[in-house]
Amino acid sequence: MNHLGFTMEKVKVGSFDFTCCEGCQLQLANKESTLTDFLALLDIRNFREISSERHDDYDIALVEGSITRSDEIERLKAIRAQAKVLVAFGACACFGGVNSLKNRIPQEEAVREVYDGKAVETMPSMKISDIVTVDYSIPGCPVSKEEVERVVVGVITRSPVALPKYPVCVECKQRLNTCLFDLGEICHGAISMAGCNAVCPSGKSPCLGCRGPAEDINFPSFLQLVKDRQLSTAEMKEKLAFYNGFADYLDHES
Amino acid sequence: MKVDFNLDIHHLTRVEGHGNIHISVKDGRLAEATWAVIETPRFFEVMVRGLSAERAPFLTSRICGICSISHSLASIRALERAMEITPPETAKTIRLLAMHGETLQSHALHLFFLAAPDFAGTPSVLPLIQSHPEIVKAGIKLKELGNELSIATTGRCTHPVSLVLGGVSRAPSKQRLTELKTMIAELRPALEKATAFFRTLSLPDFVRETEFISLRDGTSYPFIGGDLVSTDGVRRDENDYLLMTNEYTVEFSTSKFTKVSRESSSAGALARFNNNYDLLGSLPRQVATSFGLEPLCHNPFMNNIAQLVECHHIFESAESLIDRLLDDDLKKIRVSYKPKAGAATGAVEAPRGILYHHMETDDEGKVVKADCIIPTTQNNANIHYDLHAFAEQMLKEGKTEQETEKLCEMLVRSYDPCISCSVH
Repeated sequence: MNHLGFTMEKVKVGSFDFTCCEGCQLQLANKESTLTDFLALLDIRNFREISSERHDDYDIALVEGSITRSDEIERLKAIRAQAKVLVAFGACACFGGVNSLKNRIPQEEAVREVYDGKAVETMPSMKISDIVTVDYSIPGCPVSKEEVERVVVGVITRSPVALPKYPVCVECKQRLNTCLFDLGEICHGAISMAGCNAVCPSGKSPCLGCRGPAEDINFPSFLQLVKDRQLSTAEMKEKLAFYNGFADYLDHES
Repeated sequence: MKVDFNLDIHHLTRVEGHGNIHISVKDGRLAEATWAVIETPRFFEVMVRGLSAERAPFLTSRICGICSISHSLASIRALERAMEITPPETAKTIRLLAMHGETLQSHALHLFFLAAPDFAGTPSVLPLIQSHPEIVKAGIKLKELGNELSIATTGRCTHPVSLVLGGVSRAPSKQRLTELKTMIAELRPALEKATAFFRTLSLPDFVRETEFISLRDGTSYPFIGGDLVSTDGVRRDENDYLLMTNEYTVEFSTSKFTKVSRESSSAGALARFNNNYDLLGSLPRQVATSFGLEPLCHNPFMNNIAQLVECHHIFESAESLIDRLLDDDLKKIRVSYKPKAGAATGAVEAPRGILYHHMETDDEGKVVKADCIIPTTQNNANIHYDLHAFAEQMLKEGKTEQETEKLCEMLVRSYDPCISCSVH
């Protein structure tokens, strides 16, 4: 591949999924307008969802999903041993994701309720970094393809890749949206990491923080805002717990 | 010559999720053929319990990365029926258009990215970008149109943001709708090209009679709600979904199996086609006829063609939905509601077949009980018994181990299984 007169090697990529919906991997095949150019950057060595070819000589591993079974731990460790760069891909991989809602009750009870007595193995949902070292995290539910493209190009051109430090509110204001708080809704855009182009509040749907906290957030002030507007703190907590990205803030005094 | 072989296809590729095929032949006779789903379960029924009805569809959409709009709308329909909420007509039209977009995206992904490489003899779509650039480009364009319809109607193509209880939170602008109409017209040649390409492929000849189950409302080709019907003559109310599924567990699979009148049944594009052929327009019907596809068709490989026929239906139907929206007042899209206790089922036709969400709420509108039955769950038993019959046919035809492996993989892929979905 030639870029600005420089010849660059394609990156050898493997894409793997654990406990998840595979929606983040699907984003790799979306954004069709740049799809063939994007694929031209990659030498896909292992990607079960789209290819029957399987090789274990990948350099970058994209890992989607959370970990909820012992065989997944072994498979993840083998991927870590091979990959030079391991990317936690999406909210499940970065935080445990919506799967963490299962952690609220004893696991045996969950199995009993769904499988009616059949023995099925499951553990509380864990994020990828609970098991192995993660080099990059791309949060989101699902990940944004634009950001994935930026990270991949950054890795190939060896330029530093940084995620936004500012909150979703910044992007929401740029899109000239009416603030959902002014419409009587609790929106977590003020404390959540940007990079999604405020897709939810732009659809008049409150941000649930699928990208986790922005840097240096003022959580007590956010809580005060919810109280000042006489909105429900129970609803605020339900939203805060949704993707498990704010696990550190859930027990905050309210 | 008597043949002996053990075929173990671990983590079947080019399908969504993790499943294994096992075929064992001893002394030239088929000893065993199994379809085993080994996906890690996620326990959505447990996760959704205690959540507010308002939030529940945002969780259940995460059951599947490919058909998240279907899951969201199945939950919304169940909860709206349970709490007696009637969304405005305009919102219903927007939701229906969203289902059209998702189905087109999903069918294009399956036909071009997952199924086509089998017929071309390549491991993935990637070599086809060089060898069949025009076909791949047509497939990508169709998928893009599907995604654009979903983005315009729900804010995003995976995990919708504006599908809410009581309607939709945001409508597409009339300018955007006009652009989409133009895009549909411009992509007709791409659809024709794709159709012509599939006409050049020969599908395996295999028939095992089964019972096809889908929605049917008697007025339009099914997407959201209706009666539950089968080709064996069963007809049930939407709330009686349990009588249409009869889930049971099997030792070798983390996904459940289902049955109705026979040992197995089938859901998906072919089931919809078989039950609702009379509700298709003349053009999609002509396309079906040109492939020799007529109801009742019992060849599971023809599910690919039924998906292609549905793409033609979507082109026609999406255009008329957009026309309807262009005449509508796009401000009347959402009603407010009071939470209340209730229970109901929401059935929709996800791209891969009939999908049920059953929800029970308390006085505060919190979900107290949920049940989700996924299309692929309803196909697992059919895939399992098909594999047995198909493997026997191949032995009779004297196929080699390699040929058997490839054809069995193709058989499972024809169902377009969504495995992580089935083990939600």
